Amino acid sequence: MGRQTPLFKLHQELGARIVDFGGWDMPVQYSSQIGEHRAVRRGAGVCDVSHMCVVDLKGARVRAFLQHLLANDVAKLKVPGKALYSCMLNEHGGVLDDLIVYFLTESWFRAVVNAGTRDKDLAWIRRQAASFSVEVIERDDLAMLAIQGPEARAKAAQLLKPADAAAALALEPFVGRELGGWFVARTGYTGEDGFEIMMPAADAVPAWRRLNDLGVASCGLGARDTLRLEAGMNLYGNDMDENTHPFESGLAWTVAMEPQERDFIGRAALAAIRKGGSPKKLVGLLLEDRGVLRSHQRVLAGEAGEGETTSGTFSPTLERSIALARVPAAAGERVQVDIRGKLLNARVVKPPFVRNGKTLIKVSP
Amino acid sequence: MSNVPADLKYTKSHEWVKNLADGTVEIGITDHAQHSLGDLVFVEVPDAGRVVKAGEACAVVESVKAASDVYAPIAGEITAGNPQLANEPEAVNTDAYAAWLMRLRPAPGAVAAAALMSAADYEKFLAAEG
Repeated sequence: MGRQTPLFKLHQELGARIVDFGGWDMPVQYSSQIGEHRAVRRGAGVCDVSHMCVVDLKGARVRAFLQHLLANDVAKLKVPGKALYSCMLNEHGGVLDDLIVYFLTESWFRAVVNAGTRDKDLAWIRRQAASFSVEVIERDDLAMLAIQGPEARAKAAQLLKPADAAAALALEPFVGRELGGWFVARTGYTGEDGFEIMMPAADAVPAWRRLNDLGVASCGLGARDTLRLEAGMNLYGNDMDENTHPFESGLAWTVAMEPQERDFIGRAALAAIRKGGSPKKLVGLLLEDRGVLRSHQRVLAGEAGEGETTSGTFSPTLERSIALARVPAAAGERVQVDIRGKLLNARVVKPPFVRNGKTLIKVSP
Repeated sequence: MSNVPADLKYTKSHEWVKNLADGTVEIGITDHAQHSLGDLVFVEVPDAGRVVKAGEACAVVESVKAASDVYAPIAGEITAGNPQLANEPEAVNTDAYAAWLMRLRPAPGAVAAAALMSAADYEKFLAAEG
């Protein structure tokens, strides 16, 4: 038996199928994964993401610390509540984890890291934090709900007092704030608008039930995975890990090489890679033949060489199979994927596949 | 609760087997199997004429989550793969016992040699599997 979130019993009561996810017993689906996926694209769904690790970082030099720890530059965070997506790298430029960091005050930032990397991340962060006198506080007392979809914000706001609801609905994308004892952020991992709400563990079950009453569908991690893949968002451990760097993981946009004097961990390694040019790139694939792309399938890119899918699924929105794949930098638009010994045709496309309910790539009939 | 029709035979890998009047058998996956897999999005069935051993992987059912092999419960020759499933994989979710995957002509003696369970035994097997 793995670790359980404050919502575990409710998931069971709701008939969820429970699976192990990074050492946690989590709901993969309640009734239909495709149904849950569509609920988020068309209405609203709620997903338990309490297994993710919330870490408060406190100290007078916390901003300087994060400028050293992260490949993206927290100098970009000027408004309190603003969030930044970043990789945390090792000295070789390998990705230790990807995370979201919120700027709360000049002496208090909050990071949300992946469940599967929790222990490794905390050890790494604590080690780096010592010389900056930054306190690292794991917030095990919080549950986190992701409420996502075109109707998600309006429905979730009804959980708040009127004044707080108005403030929540006024949040700009990628900004969060404390409202009535909850931290409400306009962030997500689905390609839809919505909130991620961190709340005291005891609030989670009543909040979930109320959301269900408001017509927000319970969604498992299965739907969360197909939603994020359609949205072209990487999954740590699949699409990048310690052995891959951001430039071959579609994450160059998250690396702030300027200003040059900012000395972040992994900088020297990335500078060398950038100079030579990354021999690989992460791309989107749309399967043109019938079948389903999965991770670790061989991708043949003709003269350019071979690569591998890193995540793959059936896309409920496109009704086609899609994938992310790491391929040679010279790969063209046409590739083939080896599925159980058969070579199927796929087209290289630029993710995201879907954003805000709309298909962004051309799908031939 | 899983639906387990009394007139079929079953395997431990969750296939069902139905005897047809012409001496061939029809093979599919059970209601329990389709439920465990979730929404099916792709089904690959074998071509007619393929000779298979008992326990040989010869079809694939893929849900949103994962791909699973379907095994030949009995040795023999495939006489047909269900062509409907290429366009309607979800038919297996709708009615697992109507949406057959393949038909097979058993090799001589193969039926007697096959490890098939009665409906009652399959229900006990499911209960024990939890």
